[in-house]
Amino acid sequence: MEIKIALAGNPNCGKTTLFNALTGSNQFVGNWPGVTVEKKEGKLKGHKDVVIMDLPGIYSLSPYTLEEVVARNYLISERPDAILNIIDGTNLERNLYLTTQLVELGIPVVVAINMMDVVKKNGDKINTDQLAKELGCQVCEISALKGTGIKEAAELAVKAAESKVPMVPQHSFNGVVEHAIAHIEEAFLNDVAEEQQRWYAIKIFERDEKVIEQLGMSEQVKTHIEKDICAAEKEMDDDSESIITNERYIYIASIIKDCYKKKNQGGLTTSDKIDKIVTNRWLGLPIFAVVMFLVYYISMVTVGSAATDWANDGLFGDGWHLFGIGSSDAEDAADEYGSSLDIINAFIEQQGGEAIDNEADDFDVDAAKATADNLLATVDKSATADYTVEDEETLEETTETAKYADLKAAVAAAEKYDFADPDPADYGVWVPGIPVLIESGLDAVNCADWLKGLILDGIVAGVGAVLGFVPQMLVLFILLAILEACGYMARIAFVMDRIFRKFGLSGKSFIPILIGTGCGIPGIMASRTIENERDRRMTVMTTTFIPCGAKTPFIAMIAGAIFGGSAWVATGAYFIGIAAIIISGIMLKKTKMFAGDPAPFVMELPAYHIPTVGNVLRSMWERGWSFIKKAGTIITLSTIFVWFTSYFGWVDGSFGMLTEDQMEYSILAHIGKAICWIFAPLGWGNWQATVAAVTGLVAKENIVGTMGILYGGGDGSVYSAIGAAFTGITGMSFLIFNLLCAPCFAAMGAIKREMNSRKWFWFAIGYECGFAYVIALIVNQLGNLFTGKVNVIGLIFAIALIALIIYMLVRPYKESTKLEKDVKVGANA
Amino acid sequence: MATLKEAKIGSTVTVKKLNGTGAVKRRIMDMGITKGVEVHVRKVAPLGDPIEVTVRGYELSLRKADAEMIETV
Repeated sequence: MEIKIALAGNPNCGKTTLFNALTGSNQFVGNWPGVTVEKKEGKLKGHKDVVIMDLPGIYSLSPYTLEEVVARNYLISERPDAILNIIDGTNLERNLYLTTQLVELGIPVVVAINMMDVVKKNGDKINTDQLAKELGCQVCEISALKGTGIKEAAELAVKAAESKVPMVPQHSFNGVVEHAIAHIEEAFLNDVAEEQQRWYAIKIFERDEKVIEQLGMSEQVKTHIEKDICAAEKEMDDDSESIITNERYIYIASIIKDCYKKKNQGGLTTSDKIDKIVTNRWLGLPIFAVVMFLVYYISMVTVGSAATDWANDGLFGDGWHLFGIGSSDAEDAADEYGSSLDIINAFIEQQGGEAIDNEADDFDVDAAKATADNLLATVDKSATADYTVEDEETLEETTETAKYADLKAAVAAAEKYDFADPDPADYGVWVPGIPVLIESGLDAVNCADWLKGLILDGIVAGVGAVLGFVPQMLVLFILLAILEACGYMARIAFVMDRIFRKFGLSGKSFIPILIGTGCGIPGIMASRTIENERDRRMTVMTTTFIPCGAKTPFIAMIAGAIFGGSAWVATGAYFIGIAAIIISGIMLKKTKMFAGDPAPFVMELPAYHIPTVGNVLRSMWERGWSFIKKAGTIITLSTIFVWFTSYFGWVDGSFGMLTEDQMEYSILAHIGKAICWIFAPLGWGNWQATVAAVTGLVAKENIVGTMGILYGGGDGSVYSAIGAAFTGITGMSFLIFNLLCAPCFAAMGAIKREMNSRKWFWFAIGYECGFAYVIALIVNQLGNLFTGKVNVIGLIFAIALIALIIYMLVRPYKESTKLEKDVKVGANA
Repeated sequence: MATLKEAKIGSTVTVKKLNGTGAVKRRIMDMGITKGVEVHVRKVAPLGDPIEVTVRGYELSLRKADAEMIETV
């Protein structure tokens, strides 16, 4: 028969390390049903039939926090065969508090005192035999980090499970409390199994609402019991819940006196000394800034961006140079070649000749060389010519003037490279990207164009959209795991709490938002470090309001095309993002969805540790894998959907695949035409802008490319066409909508993963889109007020919405004091 | 009435009584701040709130608003 052992203990007591050591790679990581609390189970190494269930790290079995309710529901309803309670030997007193509650459940308990190596090093002594006697259960010494004693601890737990001898708690409370508890057991709990009676009786004495509800007590019994409880409360001059807590700590103090000898009182430990500096009143903030800079610099700028570029442009792009061999040569060549053809052509056209077209079918290198040499010989040495350079990212066009010397250099460079862009594959060790390999494979079997398109631009690009972010994410996850393991993450919450709690966020929300300025996807995933479910959800919902790296080309395009390249647009975008987070935080924390659960900020600041490589890597991998697994499908499918609708459509009455510049015939364009009226109140109810916004869901930088196609092809440049299509006000409204609305599919996948609930996922996406719509509408309608094109109905709506937002911001709000959420613990969920 | 909120940094105070109800009070007590325990106020966060205390041999941070519920001698 299968044996189930629950692993229980405080946070930061080494539970994860012990769990990893006991189960090795044989783990299953998931979530408890309906909540975002992580659920881990694994098979005990060397025992096929022993399952270890890792419960959330908890301090108590109170009914107030999600983790505690999850843990105790599991313990009560699933009744594991034994509990392995891991306690931190360096912090015996508080750790034993949970033990006093676990031993009341009637389930066999084995206590494993962790960090015994540190205890011994400090010269402290724990008398385990005495402790075992006083607790009434087996006690063993371990060091999870060094791996000593863990096998023995597991064996003891298995033996305890097999013996099936129910645990009998040894401690008793004050006489009047015991009297009341005995009464409760006698009056009400005859139907409950004998070994569980005490736990239920104590909970009823504490007036634990969740237990009382579960048992369905009648009013008559309640009033009968209430008399006893009140008598105890009167005598002890406290409420019943506090009496029990007090009694437990008094009992622990008596155990400690017998079993624990501390060598030196006072004196600063290493951890104390570090903490004195790190969270110092004056140095705290500068150190915080430096740490945050390092996290950002490594994960977003240097290592992280190199990883992302490699994954997106290399692995899922054209290809890459193995170990970077040859990449600097290729870059030099590309720089040298640069715009030389444009310069040559500018001079040729000035002379009235025919420009060299290196992509023409009948292009001849020798003829081109002759033309260029001839040009160099005939052009006046003082002549200049203008040519345009287009920025690849933002499509911005700038005019440059070339002199004779530039022409000379250009001819030399163009001839050197045979009038063709240097191919990076010619330099160093070139590894072709996955799409290139697949394409050549498909070409070899003469695959139909539409199928090739579906495979390459649809499926491979879709999978690339998922995996392209993973390398960068892993870099960030390593850093986060280090911050968590070493104990600094708790200090971040300590340092930043004062600012962030005002917006319903946690001090730890700083990291997701900071990372979000680089990329929202790892930003959202970084919210995993926030323990409190409410704060975490709020962070997930608001992180993508901050402009990410992919939005900057779009912002630059709007700034360049509509606002004459004003730097205020980009700066403003960040302020809008920050304001959106603050406003949303304050509004949302007062709504029913968020006001439900209490979030007391009474947090342990764990001692600083040196993180172990194994734990850091494991944490990195678990988080990265859960993104691929839980977010991958939605990202791939939606990317394929948008690709299909934008590259298929009806041309000349027949349905088929379109080329890039035929986008106006696509299914997506038809959809855009059908729904663009929705955006009319925002001032840009045309299909081109609508389609651009939709393609932005695949990746925000796509907005630039789509607008380039849809607004290009006319007489003027893309920028002048966009400038003509938008006014300053509608441009601002378009910008704001795209900044604040639902993020790209990859980020939506991350939101889905972190929310772990369909309802919350749609609430988040719906809120973001709704908020973006409302703000864009207000900007457009109020803006029209100044330009005199007032739309009365729109204005009334805008003012009503402003009033609503102000009301939501200032309405009174009271923090809830009990956990509203129902937590169910399913057998195999 | 003295509370933990007003306790000076570096001082050690003894808890006399806990006010308040529900989740916050239970949480504070679960973390070991109970009647009669000694609490050493270590420091205040760089932005002035929350505070860090040592209780029962470990470090705990709590907001000043919550510290106000803890009466001290």
